[in-house]
Amino acid sequence: MQERLLLTSSPHIGTKDTVSRVMLDVIIALLPATMGSIYFFGLPAFKLIMVSVIAAVATEAIIQKLTKKTITIKDCSAALTGLLLAMNIPPAAPWWIAAVGSAFAIGIAKQAFGGLGQNFINPALAGRAMLMASWPVIMTTWSAPGADAVATVTPLALLKPGSEATGELPSLMDAFVGNIGGCLGETSALLLLIGAAYLFYRRVISWRIPFTYIATVAVITLVASGGDFTNMLYHLFTGGLMIGAFFMATDYSSSPITVKGQIIFGIGAGVITSVIRLYGGYPEGVSYSILLMNLAAPIIEKYTSPKLFGEVK
Amino acid sequence: MKLSNLTFKGGIHPPYSKELSKKASIEPCIVPEVVVIPLSQHIGAPCDPIVKIGEAVKVGQKIGESKSFVSAPVHSSVSGVVKKIEEIDSPLGNKTKAVVIESDGKNEVSEEVKPKGNLEDLSPEEIVEIVKEAGITGQGGASFPTHVKLSPPPDKKIDTVILNGAECEPYLTADHRLMVEESESIVYGLKAIMKAVGVKKGYIGIEDNKPDAIEAMMKASANEPEIEIVSLETKYPQGDEKRLIDAATKRQVPAGGLPMDVGVIVNNVGTADAIAKAIKTGMPLVERVVTITGDAVVTPKNLMVKIGTSFKEVVEQCGGYKEGLGKIVMGGPMMGNAQFTDNVPVVKGTSGILLLSEKEVSAPPMDPCMRCGRCVYACPVNLQPTALEKLTSRERFDETEKYHIWSCIECGTCSYVCPARRPLVHSIRVAKKALSDKQKRESK
Repeated sequence: MQERLLLTSSPHIGTKDTVSRVMLDVIIALLPATMGSIYFFGLPAFKLIMVSVIAAVATEAIIQKLTKKTITIKDCSAALTGLLLAMNIPPAAPWWIAAVGSAFAIGIAKQAFGGLGQNFINPALAGRAMLMASWPVIMTTWSAPGADAVATVTPLALLKPGSEATGELPSLMDAFVGNIGGCLGETSALLLLIGAAYLFYRRVISWRIPFTYIATVAVITLVASGGDFTNMLYHLFTGGLMIGAFFMATDYSSSPITVKGQIIFGIGAGVITSVIRLYGGYPEGVSYSILLMNLAAPIIEKYTSPKLFGEVK
Repeated sequence: MKLSNLTFKGGIHPPYSKELSKKASIEPCIVPEVVVIPLSQHIGAPCDPIVKIGEAVKVGQKIGESKSFVSAPVHSSVSGVVKKIEEIDSPLGNKTKAVVIESDGKNEVSEEVKPKGNLEDLSPEEIVEIVKEAGITGQGGASFPTHVKLSPPPDKKIDTVILNGAECEPYLTADHRLMVEESESIVYGLKAIMKAVGVKKGYIGIEDNKPDAIEAMMKASANEPEIEIVSLETKYPQGDEKRLIDAATKRQVPAGGLPMDVGVIVNNVGTADAIAKAIKTGMPLVERVVTITGDAVVTPKNLMVKIGTSFKEVVEQCGGYKEGLGKIVMGGPMMGNAQFTDNVPVVKGTSGILLLSEKEVSAPPMDPCMRCGRCVYACPVNLQPTALEKLTSRERFDETEKYHIWSCIECGTCSYVCPARRPLVHSIRVAKKALSDKQKRESK
């Protein structure tokens, strides 16, 4: 018999799943949309993605090195944040926008609050919000798909009541496939849905946040437009709703952990998105809706503790 | 009412690994030269020895008892001479007094052991007394004295008895084999329990990964209109008694309550078998079925082992250890106790001896909690294990009570599903211990 036996408390077996595998799964799920953005927007898109991912990973490594913590870039979470941020940048933006955004996302929104699992807001969205506030023109200059980067307006700007933007609405099919202007990774609802299907298959995310989020936006935009079904579909398939609902709002760390809390979170994000899009100062409200709900997540979680088995009231 | 594929909310599907031993019929284990019989193998007061060093004893002879009601007497599993009464390491993780008996190899049965008559002629009180005298404790692993369970307070109206044949712990097949091979005896034992508590409704719950056991139990109970076989979805921890009651009767035991609060008594199938044997032959609980399995044992087996046989000798009968043994566990991999030595005796609650290789038990290092919530969704009691772990790591034990820490059944589901390998159930144990120590200090 062995001289030394392992002594730990039960259970003695465990899942083969790991944190890095979960993060890798999300990256894999983002690959169709990533490929799509390079196809639609060409080399500039590829450059922005590379810069963003590298800056995110480097920032994490440097901060952990400086603070003498274990370097955890192998868990893929920093790379994921970098990729997500790149997805939220307009294709015509200069490379340093991606670098600054990633450094902020990892340095301030994630590491300053304790790293993985401790960030109270979605780091990629925090990075985007910072870029929006600092370089609003760069962050809202859209180019149409194709090599020549013609300036264009987004469908949501055209849809906005009282908007001064002028132009032709793209066909609904183009909007669904992603052949429209917008941030790198948000234009193709189709490719994002393929990625989302993979996340469901791998059980990385549940239906609760994305479904309630999208359904809320659908209902409100349908009602607000007096039952205009096409208008509702534009709201669903353009802008950042798909990437927001499946990849941003589902961030474990900044959304409630409880079942009921997630449903409230999804509905809340849907309401805020719709209100900003229909009545607010911006044509798009996905980022801010999720960030605002991130702030509400702890209190939602606190009041939605699951009912204990056999709980006596 | 539908009686198949019943289950509860939450839970997990770990690899069951039962194919290693589920086809192995129960074989008698060798009678060792020396047995070490602990005087405390159950929940409750330990026994005092009633034999002296040098005294000759026979199989089934009582060697320890306690005046306390919540206790169970112990009996000799061999015939021979008492050599020592000393403190030993128990496989339950504590020190306990034990009677060391050197076997004479004759296996002479004590005169005290004689059949107790027909079940029809026995009164409920007599059945409870037989169970008590036979030292029967819950065979599922918890080792609660069975006669206590069969003596509910008069204000608790019991209407249902459930036999637990779920055996939801991965690897273990002792109950499985018992149901296949001793189905008549189990039904007899269930009838005895039903008579003892005056109940007309009996269920036997079995997970549906044991179709041969379900078939055997159905056959054995075909002429018993009061007994129904319930097939349960194969899911851990289906065999936890509150989950089992939920699945079979749709009754939820109130948090902090006992099965009898909803009129149910749950016993393991092995316990029913032991009761049947105590009535039919008069033989007290001196041996039990043990599954010896895992990827670090040469030949996995189900053996009928004399209480007091050392793990070492039991494993030797299975061809010994394979190279690279990492862990010896008493019980299943989800709730069993890791051992630091194989020099511990088989006790009444030893349902299995699990031998896992270093490879099987090695895990990548712990990661921070990323709040994926898998522990929350899998918890069969609807707790928030990650919140409990966080509070425990900050030593904020008092706050854990707000998160219902006392409702945790320590099934280990949370730790199993955690991709960051956080010590979730372990933290809960730590916090429970800290809280109870504090209560003790304050009551002084």
